[in-house]
Amino acid sequence: MENTAANTSGNPNASATPLVQMKDISISFGGIHAVEKASCELYPGEVVGLLGHNGAGKSTLIKILSGAYTRDSGTIYVDGEEATITNPRHAKEYGIETIYQTLALADNVDAAANLYLGRELLTRWGTLDDAAMEAETRKVMNRLNPNFTRFKDPVKQLSGGQRQSVAIARAIHFNARILIMDEPTAALGPQETEQVGQLIHQLKDDGIGIFLISHDIHDVFDLADRVVVMKNGAVVGEASTKDVTKDEVLGMIILGKCPAGATRGPGALDD
Amino acid sequence: MSEEKTEYKESAMVRFLRATEVDTRLLGMIGALVLIWLGFHFYGHFVNGYGAFLTPRNLWNLSVQTSSIAVMATGMVLVIVTRHIDLSVGSLLGFTAMIMGVTQVWVLPQFLGLGHPMIWVITVIVGVLFGTMIGAFQGFLIAYLSIPAFIVTLGGLLIWRGASYLVARGETIAPVDQTFSLIGGGPYGTIGATGSWILGGVVCAGILFMLYNGRKQRLRFGFPTRPMWAECLIGGVGMFVVLGAVMVMNAYPWPKGIVKRYAASNNIEIPEGGLFISHGFAIPILVAIAVGIAMTFLATRTRFGRYVFAIGGNPEAAELAGINTKKMTMLIFALMGGLTGIAAVIASARLKSATLALGQFDELYVIAAAVIGGTSFAGGIGTIYGAILGALVMQSLQSGMVLIGFDAAIQQMVVGGVLVLAVFLDNLYRRNSA
Repeated sequence: MENTAANTSGNPNASATPLVQMKDISISFGGIHAVEKASCELYPGEVVGLLGHNGAGKSTLIKILSGAYTRDSGTIYVDGEEATITNPRHAKEYGIETIYQTLALADNVDAAANLYLGRELLTRWGTLDDAAMEAETRKVMNRLNPNFTRFKDPVKQLSGGQRQSVAIARAIHFNARILIMDEPTAALGPQETEQVGQLIHQLKDDGIGIFLISHDIHDVFDLADRVVVMKNGAVVGEASTKDVTKDEVLGMIILGKCPAGATRGPGALDD
Repeated sequence: MSEEKTEYKESAMVRFLRATEVDTRLLGMIGALVLIWLGFHFYGHFVNGYGAFLTPRNLWNLSVQTSSIAVMATGMVLVIVTRHIDLSVGSLLGFTAMIMGVTQVWVLPQFLGLGHPMIWVITVIVGVLFGTMIGAFQGFLIAYLSIPAFIVTLGGLLIWRGASYLVARGETIAPVDQTFSLIGGGPYGTIGATGSWILGGVVCAGILFMLYNGRKQRLRFGFPTRPMWAECLIGGVGMFVVLGAVMVMNAYPWPKGIVKRYAASNNIEIPEGGLFISHGFAIPILVAIAVGIAMTFLATRTRFGRYVFAIGGNPEAAELAGINTKKMTMLIFALMGGLTGIAAVIASARLKSATLALGQFDELYVIAAAVIGGTSFAGGIGTIYGAILGALVMQSLQSGMVLIGFDAAIQQMVVGGVLVLAVFLDNLYRRNSA
């Protein structure tokens, strides 16, 4: 039996403790049940694709994990222990980092300021240590994107790919163990998408668990070990990418039909 | 041939700017200020036969008149950078001045006796605390109850003006404490020639230290540095401006009557040709400079300042980065209130009384100063030194028009027109430089 932390078989052993377990999460906005009794797990070194149409509730579910929304009911476990996450700061304390669809960068400040936003390095007099932050940023960015040279410019002047690499650098620089990527390649060209793909493999090898959120199955199917499909706020089912085909997953996304290779969720269509 | 020459000239200019890392906007503002000063001076010179603007006396007065608005403008920058507005500062200044007036004229003398040396200290503390508390309260309404800043402070504009009437039923409270009134300037409220030279020396040393330290920091991490000639040029220009300001302030002597009184009370004999006693820097401008330095430090060197600009650039990103934006909003308005308290000290000390009309329309001048200084209503962009220069531009326009004898009506129209023009030019500049 495989129960090592770096289990990448796509069918993690039940005895291994998941990095994150979300159980029966529900949230509603003014009477609309955006997410209803959704559950999913993430194991170390695993990439889980969270799929669904626009409005299926996947972004909402993940925003609950990252602390942007507070759930109405349900439990979140981190390393098997119940976690209190009611704002983004809590999530960061648990090592949960998020890269948002809309590139949550402060456009008017430079890469270093964005990388360290909320976690600035200080000198011994308590002032900002800009030189140290710039030096660290140069190191990190060199590793992620060696072409990146514009350290002094506000990030609004950078290209989509450069901005995305700043956002990714910010997420992984602070020893993230759980990385949430919300449509990470939506704003990128083919070459930059390829770069992000490589990066995901690299992070996975480091034992980081990754939630990959997308409405487009082609973005994630090859990268993910497992997929969890949502429709109308509920989980249709989950499956190892080895046990299902792209077409079957597409059927889950569009029709809510759970194929034989997948585990049924509460949102699955009755046969 | 000539075309080639201009092209070469341009690239030299660009290289010069890159080497010195000087903000081109700053140069533009200083250029505008110099134009305004020269314009008023020579208009007076040729039309009225006497150029009164570029005289030590006028420049000294200008520095004192600018102080109160400049102090508040530094806070308004942070407010506008975070996409808020504070319309209440004028009324709050009036209210705070009234509270301080009552404190030092009606209340404290009863307990401490008239002229007690602690009166001014307590009064200033009361004023600044009071301003901070009201600012924090308004900030609380904006941040935690989600009432738009425009509405909260528009309410404040009316409420605090009314409240300052209620405090003393519209009476003017005077005279304020002797020591307190020194904060407003006047011949005695200055640091004199020697003090000004010492201060100038200290500031020059500070400039050199900052250049040295900045270079050392960049070398520590092996970053590119400015060429040596650029460092020297910046240091040289900085020290030239500081020492020039000292000389101008020292060139303005006390009026004869005050010299006579001062000589009589100190048993000094007035020599033939009169005694020349310099004003030197006035205390209010020193307060404004100190506030400017402190606020620049806060805005650029601390976490607080970094968060202010991050919130202005992208409030959602700031929130997601774990910044407590609500608390920040409240603190920014509290700071604005505290600065309004300091401005109230300067304004009422200068007037030597607290009147009902004190601070009326100040909110407009403060906002105008910040905006002329390059603060953008779209959020995320603005500098403290820009706002102080903006305050100087506004005040220069006003007192310049008074000197050459323009109507009050025309003065208002010009100031309004300049405000709109300045923002238009700023938009042009940004579009071309982006």
